[in-house]
Amino acid sequence: MIEVKGLVKTFGTVQAVNGVTFRAADGEITGLLGPNGAGKTTTLRMLYTLMRPDAGSVHLDGIDAVAEPLAARLRLGVLPDARGLYKRLTARENITYFARLHGMTAERQKPRIDALLEILGMRDIADRRAEGFSQGQRVKVALARALVHDPKNLILDEPGNGLDVMATRALRDFLRVLRSEGRCVLFSSHIMQEVAALCDRVVVIAKGRVVAIGTPQELLERTASDTLEDAFVHLIGTDEGLAA
Amino acid sequence: MHAALTVFFKEVIENLRDRRTVLNALITGPLIGPILFALLLGVQLRQQIEQAEKPLPIPVIGVRNAPNLIAYLRAQGLVVKPPPQGGSAQVAVREQRTSLVLVIPKRFAKAWAKGEPAGVELVYDSSRRASATPLRRLREMLRQYASITAAQRMLVRGLSPTLARPVVVERRDQATAQSRSALVFSILPYFFVLTVFLGGMYLAIDTTAGERERQSLEPLLANPVARNTILAGKLMATTAFALVSLCLSILAFSLVGRFMPMQQLNIVLQLGPYFAAITLLLMLPLTVLLAALQTLVAAFAKSYREAQTYLSLLMIIPVIPSLLLAFMPLKAATWMYLVPLLGQQLGIMTLVRGDVLSPQSIAASLLGTSVTAALAWLATAWVYRSERLAISA
Repeated sequence: MIEVKGLVKTFGTVQAVNGVTFRAADGEITGLLGPNGAGKTTTLRMLYTLMRPDAGSVHLDGIDAVAEPLAARLRLGVLPDARGLYKRLTARENITYFARLHGMTAERQKPRIDALLEILGMRDIADRRAEGFSQGQRVKVALARALVHDPKNLILDEPGNGLDVMATRALRDFLRVLRSEGRCVLFSSHIMQEVAALCDRVVVIAKGRVVAIGTPQELLERTASDTLEDAFVHLIGTDEGLAA
Repeated sequence: MHAALTVFFKEVIENLRDRRTVLNALITGPLIGPILFALLLGVQLRQQIEQAEKPLPIPVIGVRNAPNLIAYLRAQGLVVKPPPQGGSAQVAVREQRTSLVLVIPKRFAKAWAKGEPAGVELVYDSSRRASATPLRRLREMLRQYASITAAQRMLVRGLSPTLARPVVVERRDQATAQSRSALVFSILPYFFVLTVFLGGMYLAIDTTAGERERQSLEPLLANPVARNTILAGKLMATTAFALVSLCLSILAFSLVGRFMPMQQLNIVLQLGPYFAAITLLLMLPLTVLLAALQTLVAAFAKSYREAQTYLSLLMIIPVIPSLLLAFMPLKAATWMYLVPLLGQQLGIMTLVRGDVLSPQSIAASLLGTSVTAALAWLATAWVYRSERLAISA
């Protein structure tokens, strides 16, 4: 479970995040929806402790992520916006590196990595060097290494970026599997379809503030809209920076 | 396994798979010094042999005016060439058709017979380097002929030849073959520093600016490992590559010392186990210092290319003590050993001379460089903790 209260982050004179508060529950997929530049990535970076908030708090399963970043990261799988692999290492070596950094013993690593390779359908590329992987293959490796320590909470920044239709479908199915396992999945997106297709709960964010929270159905009712797209445009006040 | 070791092994394996890094860090870097050296020594050797043994062909005008002199010169290696065409030595030299002409005037024989000073002329152009060596050799031959003749004349008159030599100068050069080589090899410490620099450079860039450019730094920092620990692993890997490079360089230099015909140059280069051990000891903290500095500088760069540019500029720093010592020969004082780079330079030069380095000097160098290395490490760790570091875009 991820709980965020009154998060603030300023870069120079730019107020990137201005009092963001929400909760992402276990066994649910929570979507952070907002136009480009709304503060999604900065918010997530504070959640996975890459940045320190200027004000506010982040709790992961009750652990204060600002005070104890290392303990928080243990319970967290992260697919950041930057998802580069080590090109001179194989897919398996890339994943193993992160498993070791999580302090996993060799006996625990092997079955876990094999299981992930199986679920993500990447056995054929497991022992190939990451040089020349397609975008879809790279995301799979990045996902596997984010999940290798079996984290209870998962944060994904624009996971659908650059994926083709098949890869996107596979990704969505995989996120649903993670939800059914009782994990807390939080992802950001500026793509309406992705949010509508996946989310149990949507946090709409614009100009660094949360403008609405609810299930897709609740958002439709609140804005008296027929489609989610209309609802979002209504909430954000503009359709700039959104994609259907 | 400790997280720092995990980072260390991953960086080592990844970089060993990079052909460019291996080529530059482990082959070009350590070998460029020894190869350059072997070439330089080869050139010097050839010059030396030419000067000592090669016949000396010189145009002579008036060979018949002094047959005895010419016979003596021929015995010393002079090859008499015909006079320059047109007859005038001055014009031939000025027009650069020849660099040196020996002129024996007609009056030579007359003066010689009377026992008066008999003049010969050497026509040359001192602004042309080509004339320097033949001139020196010919003058030496003429001087010897003169002193032999003088001694004979005095004996004939019943005088002791020593009368004409009121002062005798004897030169007693205290240089040993090994200390003479120190002059030649004073540049050796710089090559070692350069090797360490090149050996670590690619990893320093790859593990910071490179990692950020590849967008892999942000996921890495999302792991439950403190940034200091990650930095420690990366610095260890950079240091390891630099040290391997240094070992290869020392080995290559000792091979040059063993297989080049140094005796002919009157110098000795013996880089034995004692030399290797003390050099490695002196260089160890410097290697860490350079790795930390390189990482620090590379961490500020936005891209691999930018980091390369910065580090090329940083490479100028180690040249400074080498130049300093080359142009202003300082007398080594203990405080100098405290200064990083200068201490290593002085220490290794002492070892090359075949002298033993005092424990105080070793301790001072280790202390001074280690403290500086620790400060550089702390500064790098401080930069590593900044939020800006991880952001790729």
